[in-house]
Amino acid sequence: MAGPAEVTAGAKGEPQREWRPPSYWPFVLPALIVVLAVIIFPWAYTIWMSLHEWKVGSPTTFVGLANYIRLPGDARFVESVWHTLVYTALSVALPLLFGTLAAVVFHARFPMRGFLRGLFILPMMATPVAIALVWTMMFHPQLGILNYLLSLVGLPPQLWVFHPATVIPSLVMVETWQWTPLVMLIVLGGLAAIPSEPYESALIDGATRWQIFRYISLPLIMPFLFIAAMIRMIDAVKSFDIIFAITQGGPGSASETINLYLYSVAFVYYDVGYASAIVVVFFALIVALAGALLHLRQRTHWNDAGGAA
Amino acid sequence: MAHFGPTRRSLLQGTLASTALGLTGFPARAEPQWKKYAGTTIEANLIKGPRGELLQKYASEFTDLTGIKVESEVIPEQQQRQKAVIELTSGKPSFDVIHVSYHVQKRQFEKAGWLADLSAFMKDPNLTAPDLTVDDFSAGGLQFARNDKGEMHSLPWSVDYFILYWNKELFAKKGVALPKTFDEMAVAAEKLNDPANGIYGFTGRGLRNANMTLWTNFFLNYGGEFLDDKGNILTDGPEAIEATKMYQRLLTKTAPPGVAGFNWMESMASLTQGRAAMWIDGVGWAPPIEDPNASRVVGKIGYALVPAGPKGHYSAAYGDGIGVPQASTNKEAAYLYCQWAVSKTMGARLLQSGGGVPFRNSVLNDDAVRKGVKMPPEWLDSVIGSARISKLGLPVIVPVAEFRDLVGAAVTATLSGADPATELKKAHEQFRPILERSEKS
Repeated sequence: MAGPAEVTAGAKGEPQREWRPPSYWPFVLPALIVVLAVIIFPWAYTIWMSLHEWKVGSPTTFVGLANYIRLPGDARFVESVWHTLVYTALSVALPLLFGTLAAVVFHARFPMRGFLRGLFILPMMATPVAIALVWTMMFHPQLGILNYLLSLVGLPPQLWVFHPATVIPSLVMVETWQWTPLVMLIVLGGLAAIPSEPYESALIDGATRWQIFRYISLPLIMPFLFIAAMIRMIDAVKSFDIIFAITQGGPGSASETINLYLYSVAFVYYDVGYASAIVVVFFALIVALAGALLHLRQRTHWNDAGGAA
Repeated sequence: MAHFGPTRRSLLQGTLASTALGLTGFPARAEPQWKKYAGTTIEANLIKGPRGELLQKYASEFTDLTGIKVESEVIPEQQQRQKAVIELTSGKPSFDVIHVSYHVQKRQFEKAGWLADLSAFMKDPNLTAPDLTVDDFSAGGLQFARNDKGEMHSLPWSVDYFILYWNKELFAKKGVALPKTFDEMAVAAEKLNDPANGIYGFTGRGLRNANMTLWTNFFLNYGGEFLDDKGNILTDGPEAIEATKMYQRLLTKTAPPGVAGFNWMESMASLTQGRAAMWIDGVGWAPPIEDPNASRVVGKIGYALVPAGPKGHYSAAYGDGIGVPQASTNKEAAYLYCQWAVSKTMGARLLQSGGGVPFRNSVLNDDAVRKGVKMPPEWLDSVIGSARISKLGLPVIVPVAEFRDLVGAAVTATLSGADPATELKKAHEQFRPILERSEKS
């Protein structure tokens, strides 16, 4: 802080004192108040509620950690955690895979590339609830088009979202269809940023296409893939609209993720205290997943550096 | 639980009483002072569907009668229930009139004391038309609307019975007779079932939560009672297990694939596309079934009572009411609106359009009203027949939603082959502590 002032003082020969406010914190206040009001306060209040038996329409009582103790014994909650993890893992991995593939394809030059790229990213722009309704019709076991398409290639009809065993993969299919373009855009940016020299030398050395992708493109787009994975992970964990509109967590509770269960507890059962406890645990889970991903990223960087050295 | 609906005796008594009154020349009570609250504006919070939309459509008639302006908000069921509860809890609801789903909210609303007591208003000749009396409502309506102290905190508005829809053409093709019992029904469904041609014997709600309204028709007819004297839930007993086995048999052997995810909408689609021979659901679906733009089976559908079970013959009933929040500052004006909503004119319109069934005997038993019904006569017969054998379709407890979710999930699980007894037991282990907690608080 004092650095530039000293320089000017030195240049002019005699020290000149500018007026400075005694401290800068008043300037931080507006932002601080906003952060307190919209982030910290709701958080503190949620934790406060989670320590109470708080049912809409009845008086509240302080129960300490009872709501948290109830969680591990709640079969529906435990099941919903598994559903969330499976759903998230699949809907991160598949869009990453297909998105990278699509990016490699669209990175090459071919006629109508711009138009096709535009077409490809259309799903991303549609409203999830509208998409969900269209897919619900396509999934219909008797009247839906998906089973008709299967019948054309001689495959037996499937139950899609109407059977507990296939409901999560079917939902992931919708999620993948919608979010592959996002991954593609991010990876495409990464590919564009790679200089052309490594490719030229690889070609001269006689590398195959796969080798070029595996040893040049992939390591160089890794940071972009991590960002895409992070965005997808956060989106998938808190996914609600598509699942709610297509299955409402069914059949039975086979596609009930934490978010859907949370919604039921808070807004259908009006058990606000217990719902708050779920929110706190859910938040911890998201932070843990994001932390794990970041940690993984750090480690791969370190490995890269080690490999290079 | 008592039966309700007009019995022949009560009907006769009512007719005799009114004739006697006419003969003695007893002076008729004066009309209420409709215009006293002219200029007031009230807000009505209604559920989207034939009932809410009917009130909205004719609201100008109410304004002409009373000079009270109405702003009505019509929202889908789930969201309306959430909004109502959240606003009522806040103590300052934005509405003066609220559409209540008795089968879900009765106990919750009574425990919280959210609605104003209308008993005094109903006795005030300045506020209440002479034809609106407590005993004009059917027993079931009163069972829904009255609290433990016998006070009316809402007016019973419309009841929904479950009936059997059957495709006469498919029945005739296979030479099958209309089943009278659940056992006959399962046999008939198996005969009618023809998956190779995309035709199934039976369709119905399999989706968790939604399926409970269908399942209770099985449960009640297999002799089930929801609660014992001490308020313990009984829906995992032997009656429930037998009922679930029948439900499982019908929905796994003779229903369209994917039925575990069906709500009324998917089930109705199967029926109206001519792909299902039988369907059990609420009486309110006759209008779309008889609409040539939405249905391929116009004129081919028969309407009958839900089959009898080994231990009785009941139809599960679900009801709507309309009330005034305790916190409203326009209680009298809002009460006039509620009264208008359940009036003979509006009740007749509700019945005639097929959108619901009024709780008022004077509407149901009026020949002129019956003649105006646009649905097939069989439909009206099934409605009146169901009224005689109806029973409340859900337990009167606070955590109805949890009950429907947990037991509903167990019932859905049996559709992928799980054992009814095990699933029901598991669901009740989860549900009992929830019920105890809600009764304690």
